[in-house]
Amino acid sequence: MITIRKYFFPETIEEAYETLMEKKSNALIGGGAYLKLGSKAMGTAVDLSKVGLDYIREEESAFEIGAMTTFSTVMLHEGLNKHFDNLFQRAIEDIVGMQLKNMVTIGATIYSRYGFSDFLTALLVTNTKVKLFNAGWISLNAFLENGPEKRDILEKIRIEKTNGLYRFQDLRGSSSDYSIINLALSKEKDAYRIAVGARPGRAKLAVKTMDFLQEREVTAENMEKAGAILSEEVVFGTNGRGSKEYRKAMAKVLLKKALQEVSIHEN
Amino acid sequence: MKINLTINGKEKEIEIAPDDYLSEVLRREGLLGVKKGCDTESCGLCTVHLDDVAVLSCGTLAAKAHGKAITTIEGVEKKAEKIRYELGKRGVDQCGYCAPGTIMSILYLEKVVKDPTEEDINRYLKGNFCRCSGYVGQLEAIKSYLEGQKHEVCE
Ligand SMILES: Cc1cc2nc3c(=O)[nH]c(=O)nc-3n(C[C@H](O)[C@H](O)[C@H](O)COP(=O)(O)OP(=O)(O)OC[C@H]3O[C@@H](n4cnc5c(N)ncnc54)[C@H](O)[C@@H]3O)c2cc1C
Repeated sequence: MITIRKYFFPETIEEAYETLMEKKSNALIGGGAYLKLGSKAMGTAVDLSKVGLDYIREEESAFEIGAMTTFSTVMLHEGLNKHFDNLFQRAIEDIVGMQLKNMVTIGATIYSRYGFSDFLTALLVTNTKVKLFNAGWISLNAFLENGPEKRDILEKIRIEKTNGLYRFQDLRGSSSDYSIINLALSKEKDAYRIAVGARPGRAKLAVKTMDFLQEREVTAENMEKAGAILSEEVVFGTNGRGSKEYRKAMAKVLLKKALQEVSIHEN
Repeated sequence: MKINLTINGKEKEIEIAPDDYLSEVLRREGLLGVKKGCDTESCGLCTVHLDDVAVLSCGTLAAKAHGKAITTIEGVEKKAEKIRYELGKRGVDQCGYCAPGTIMSILYLEKVVKDPTEEDINRYLKGNFCRCSGYVGQLEAIKSYLEGQKHEVCE
């Protein structure tokens, strides 16, 4: 259960940051959907709804997405879907229902670095930077690895338009449940980016697997070898949703499926 | 704290606690068609429209509704009756508890997607659980309702 003493709608991000920093117990509200599931005693709830961070701007070389943009807006955005082969749509589609997707925000999702996140795994195979209001720009990969140095507000992200192929794979007990394991892959020219999430730790790039696949043909033998490298380099764990061994075995299957999809598309 | 909002077309000023959720507030206002279900944003029973967007009222802080328009099942009686007729005809409105949330999602779909396909219906109704009847009959009922609406518009 959460408790809130005071509810505040700042109109600028400066005002939001100032209020956030006034007291340790003050907290930001994005969609507020995930906060509901936990417990927190808040002084002032700083709701970002009126700060003007709900937008997707398509530029010539990149997309900029404001922190308060909801999952449904991202999922249904034509430009993003066209450019990234429906990567985000595929990653978001199975998250509960449309109503929840109309509520949850990308800023909260990225800042919180949830291990179970489907969106973060997909985002990690793109060239993305995050803008923290106070700390400035940082690569998504570095942010996921290290988190913020100090309390901050995630203001927006910038996804470079790269010419590649993008795939997302997940395994769920049932549609709309959390992923047991998920994997995203992108291929630009001969370079791959592969991210594994819901390990159950947060999404991580599988660098050795990416290096192995670079400039290699996608043959049955190479897929087997890549799967073996992936299952050794990525750290898997056990939770109520699946065991370490199961995740390890299934990650190989997801990689194979993603590689096969890319290979079929190319040929 | 006080919030000003419009509920089913009527302007209101309501006293809420800063940590109240919208479903509780609406039920306190007598809108009992906003059902209590999982209370963890998973089942869709508490679906309402907030400025024409379908949301789960059990997970929406009531303060977020300040300055906005809320529509609940009580505000869409005529359309709801038509949908219930289609559901009832197929025996898929049994205990009826999920119907208000389901109907609010169908109306949202109708509003935002032009000529929805079966894929669209599944996408927009995925967040509404029914434990009586399964979903095949529901799908048929929704298709029939939407088809009927097209003719109504044409006439
Ligand atoms: C029932 C349910 C099921 C879900 N299932 C899945 C699933 O299957 N897969 C999946 O990937 N995700 C799932 N999610 C998570 C969801 O996709 C979002 O990642 C999550 O809800 C956070 O978004 P929010 O807007 O609700 O965050 P909030 O609840 O508003 O905030 C979460 C945290 O982020 C902080 N915060 C908010 N905005 C900012 C900001 N701009 N900068 C810095 N900090 C901020 C808040 O203070 C809080 O600590 C689920 C969530 C729910 C509620």
